[in-house]
Amino acid sequence: MSLLEKLDTAAAARKAQLPDGLGAFGIPIEETYSATEARIGGRRVLMLGTNNYLGLSFTPECRQAAHQAIDQEGTGTTGSRMANGNYSGHRALEKEFAEFYQCRACIVFTTGYQANLGTISGLVGAGDVVLIDGDAHASIYDGCILSGADIIRFRHNDMADLEKRLRRLGERSRNTLIIVEGIYSMLGDQAPLAEIVKLKNAYHSTLLLDEAHSLGVLGATGQGLVEKTGLIKEVDFITGTFSKSLCGIGGFCVSNHPQLDQLRYVSHPYIFTASPSPATIASTRAALKLLRDGQLLRERLWRNAQHLYASLKEMGYQVGPEPGPIVAVMLDSPQQALALWNGLMGDDIYVNLVLPPAAPDGKSLVRCSINAAHSLEQIDRVCETFSRLYASLER
Amino acid sequence: MSEITQAQITEQLCRRLADFTNAEMEISPETNLITHLAIDSVKLLNLVMEIEDHFDISVPLNALVDVLTVQDLSNLIYKIKSATK
Repeated sequence: MSLLEKLDTAAAARKAQLPDGLGAFGIPIEETYSATEARIGGRRVLMLGTNNYLGLSFTPECRQAAHQAIDQEGTGTTGSRMANGNYSGHRALEKEFAEFYQCRACIVFTTGYQANLGTISGLVGAGDVVLIDGDAHASIYDGCILSGADIIRFRHNDMADLEKRLRRLGERSRNTLIIVEGIYSMLGDQAPLAEIVKLKNAYHSTLLLDEAHSLGVLGATGQGLVEKTGLIKEVDFITGTFSKSLCGIGGFCVSNHPQLDQLRYVSHPYIFTASPSPATIASTRAALKLLRDGQLLRERLWRNAQHLYASLKEMGYQVGPEPGPIVAVMLDSPQQALALWNGLMGDDIYVNLVLPPAAPDGKSLVRCSINAAHSLEQIDRVCETFSRLYASLER
Repeated sequence: MSEITQAQITEQLCRRLADFTNAEMEISPETNLITHLAIDSVKLLNLVMEIEDHFDISVPLNALVDVLTVQDLSNLIYKIKSATK
């Protein structure tokens, strides 16, 4: 089969899975009005499928900072951090992130995806082991593949399973990087960090925690799961993204290990790409301050999330294991998920449709994500639509 | 299970695969995991965890790139078992 024929085969399989559902993926957003509303298909739609957890995307401080940076430094850096792209803003943001986490140092990457790729592939290599949660994000898998280390999975959030796999590794557990996430992107559940830290210490392994979905969401100052659990000193490396609660694009890794800085010289996803634009860095710096001081935003976010989660559960929907800003509704089939997605869009509510293999264990999901800018009236409107659609779902 | 032969590995693997896939066909060493048993990439990841537990070994996902048939998988398991004796 030729290269192009392989793509044709994959496209045919995709169309066969959901002949009428392809519009759900890559849907054109015609205009964005606010952190909660956009125009899609000519209609004003309530956005319940973004990762804008604190609702900061239109905040005056962030917009002003971005405007100012463009005026003063131009639209792009046109080069790598290792060459001409290492501006004062990049270095200031690294310092601010290190201070925020009370860690020794930080490295800023151009995307969150690259933060995982660059950190993992810089830390481990051939002969080492990465032990990853079964529900890990694609950026973690890809970072592991790039590293050349042996990739072993453990069953999602199953600590007995993690221990069994660590034990099997014997002495190799000392050269093992365990990788988990603060909040998992599909089902919205949190890693049992205290138990993971115990195992990591018992087997002399190293721990990387990805706070992509938990930054801004968990902990008094929004550091993430490390702050909620009080375990920041026990986690070796923390990665995260600017593209969710911070409403920019970019990623970071913080650590107390002095060796972190060496990643700048060995990590291809750090070296061989242009650095984040001045506007991105400036808006992220402004957003980080708002995130740190955003206790009220977090309270609103959790109020909204718990209201939606409890309401859907009461209606009879099968939801994820625990409440949080990601509320995943699990459906029996892709067709049922599409019917629900179409019903919500028919009421001008956008959510994410997630089909196998993107969702764990072959599930089909309608994935809602909540933010602090949603009003209770908006959440109630969503609940009303879900309630009306429940009876019409074919089972 | 440390003295297991490759023939025993293949036999046990065929039985595990029959349970895992609910296949009605007879599974042999020549059975192709993808084209005959419809094991896609996600199912393969879960199958690997079951195999690890059954044979008490670690099977790195990167080692699966050359695995197409039951025989290929048996060879890989035997190689790992032999190396960890």
